[in-house]
Amino acid sequence: MIEGARWRRWVFFYLPMAMFLVFLLFPFYWMIITSFRPDGELYRPWNSVNYNPFWTTRPTLEHVRYLFEETLFSQWLWNTTFIALVSTVISLVCGVFAGYALSRLSFPFAGSLGTGIFITYLVPQTLLFIPLAEIIRNYKLGDTPWSLILTYPTFLIPFCTWLMMGYFKAIPRELEECARIDGASRWKAMLYIIIPVAIPGILSAGIFAFTLSWNEFIYALVFLSSPEQKTVPVGVTSELIRGDVFFWGPLMAGALLGSVPVAIAYSFFVEHYVSGLTGSVKG
Amino acid sequence: MGQVVLRNVNKFYDSVHAVKDVNLQIRDKEFVVFVGPSGCGKTTTLRMIAGLEAISSGDVSIDGQVVNNLPPMDRDIAMVFQNYALYPHMSVYDNMAFGLKMRKFARREIAKRVQEAADILDIGDYLKRKPRQLSGGQRQRVALGRAIVRHPRVFLFDEPLSNLDAKLRVQMRVELKKLHQRLGTTAVYVTHDQVEAMTLGDRVVVMRDGVVQQVGEPLDLYNSPANRFVAGFIGSPAMNFATVTMMDGNGRLTAKNAGLELEVPQSQIERLRRHVGREVTIGIRPENLHVATNSDPAGFTFPSKVEVVEQLGSEILLDVRVGADTMVAAVDPTIRARVADQINLAVNPARLHFFDAQTELAL
Repeated sequence: MIEGARWRRWVFFYLPMAMFLVFLLFPFYWMIITSFRPDGELYRPWNSVNYNPFWTTRPTLEHVRYLFEETLFSQWLWNTTFIALVSTVISLVCGVFAGYALSRLSFPFAGSLGTGIFITYLVPQTLLFIPLAEIIRNYKLGDTPWSLILTYPTFLIPFCTWLMMGYFKAIPRELEECARIDGASRWKAMLYIIIPVAIPGILSAGIFAFTLSWNEFIYALVFLSSPEQKTVPVGVTSELIRGDVFFWGPLMAGALLGSVPVAIAYSFFVEHYVSGLTGSVKG
Repeated sequence: MGQVVLRNVNKFYDSVHAVKDVNLQIRDKEFVVFVGPSGCGKTTTLRMIAGLEAISSGDVSIDGQVVNNLPPMDRDIAMVFQNYALYPHMSVYDNMAFGLKMRKFARREIAKRVQEAADILDIGDYLKRKPRQLSGGQRQRVALGRAIVRHPRVFLFDEPLSNLDAKLRVQMRVELKKLHQRLGTTAVYVTHDQVEAMTLGDRVVVMRDGVVQQVGEPLDLYNSPANRFVAGFIGSPAMNFATVTMMDGNGRLTAKNAGLELEVPQSQIERLRRHVGREVTIGIRPENLHVATNSDPAGFTFPSKVEVVEQLGSEILLDVRVGADTMVAAVDPTIRARVADQINLAVNPARLHFFDAQTELAL
C-alpha cells in the first residue's frame, strides 16, 4: 500500500488493523483492569452515577494478595511449572529422537509409522481421557503430578515428533555425511552437528509443548482432585467459582499471573521460534 | 599412499541398476575425473568409494585393503560436496578443525594444520567467521580446507564447482589443479562439465547409464573416442554427426549421403572396407572444418548453406545445413559469412571419425 490516496490506506489498512487489534487485545485489557479494580467498583451496578467499566482510579493489589494468602495459588503455580517442565522435557527427548529416526534412518514402514503417530495426535483429548483415566486408576497414580506428567506426552510426543521430522528433513543430508567422513559416528554426528543446527526447531517444539501442557485443562480436571495437587487452570476455576458465585477479581488476577510465564517464554525465544517454524537453515 | 581399486562394482536401487560392473584402478597421486550426464552413476560411484552408499556387489579397495564394510570415518578419505556442507553453527576454524577433533588430535597440532591449510587457500582472514558470512567462493575454499587439514589418502570431489558463477569456476579450477600439484594426494572428482574433466583430470572416466564408456587421458578421449557417445560428449562445441553409406569405386572408398560425399583417407581404408554398402556414422569436429580453398583436395570438401553465424571473437561458429543434416563449423574469424550464403567446407582428413551406425562403437 505505497500508492493510492490516503483515505484508501485508512479504510483498507489502518481501520481493519485497529479493529483486529481491539478484538484481539481487549480480553487481555479486561483481564488486567479487573485484576486491579477494587470489589466496590467491580460489583457496582451499570446505571450508577460513577460507573466506569474501562478504567479505575483506585487500583489495588487486594486480589493478588487474596490469591496468594487465601488460596493455594503459589502451590498451583509450582505444580503447573513442575508438570509442564518435566512433560516437555520427556516429550522433547522422545520427539527429537523419533523425528530423527523417521526422517533420516530408512527402515521398513518408516512412512506408515510416521502417519500412525500423526493419527494418534488427531484423537481428541476429550475421548482419550476416558481410557487414560482407567490406566491412571489401575496404576494408582490418581491425584499425583505423575498422572499428568505421564499422560501429557500422549499428545505432546506426536506433536514434537512431527515438528522435528519436518525440521530434520530440511537439514541437508550432506552435513551429516560430511561429519561422518570427518570421523564422527552417527551418534556423534547427531550430537555435534544435527542437534545444534536443529536448535530453533527444538526450541519451537519445546515452547509449544510447554504451552500446551501449561494450559491443559481436561486431564488436570479429571486426574487431580485435592486442592493442593491442582494446576493453575483447574485450581483457579474450581476454587474461585463457588457454585454460581464468581470471584472476578482473584479469578482475573489468577488468569493474568498464569499467563505471564507463557508470555515470557514466547517473547524470550520469539526469534528462534519464528525461524523454527519457517525451517530456515543456511548452509 | 592412496591407491583406489574398483572391481566389478555394481549398485542396485531396488530394481534400478544404477552402476554396472565398474572396473577401475586409480593410481597413487592420480587425479581421476568421472564425467557424464546427470543420472549416469558417477556420483553413486563416488559415494560408494566414500562409504556413504552400500556396494551391491564387487569390491572397493584402498591401498590393497577391501573397504566395502568399513564406515566412512575409517576409510581415511575427505570429501568436498556440491553444496559445500559447511557446518552452519561453527566458525570457519571449527569447521576445519572438526575432523581433527573427532580424531583426537592434540590442540596444537590442530591449530598448526588449520593455519597451514588457511595459508594455502588464503582464508586466514576469516577463520572466526560463520559460513553464512562468506561468499560462495570463500565457502568453497573453506570446504577444501576442511578436506586438506586431514591429510587424507584420497580426496573425493562431488561437483564442487557447480554452485559457483562462471568466472569463479574457471579460477577455482586452476586453483584446484595447483592444489593437487602441490599436495599430490590422490583425487577422484565428479563433474558433468567436460571442460572441467579435460582440464583437471590426469585420466577421465566417461560414464553413461551406469556403464563406463571409456577411460583415458583427456587427449586420448578427444582424439580417439571409443564410441559415438564419448565423441559427442567430449569437446565443445560438440562433434557433428552424419549418417553415410560406404561406397567402393575403383579402389577408393567414399562415405556418401544426400548432402555430402567424402573420401575415406588412405590410413582408414583397411578398417572400413568391411562396411562397404552399409550405413556408418561419420563424425567431424567443428574445429576440424574450415572454409575450402583451392589447396584442399576435392574429395574432402562439401557444399553447405549458412543458417546462423555466431561471432565469438577468437573464432566464428557457423551453423550450416549439409543435405539433411546440420553441422557446426568453427572457422577463422577473418571469414566474412552471411546467413543463406553457400560455402564449401573442407575437412581435415586425418581427423575424420567413423562409428558403427548400430553399435555406435568407433570403427
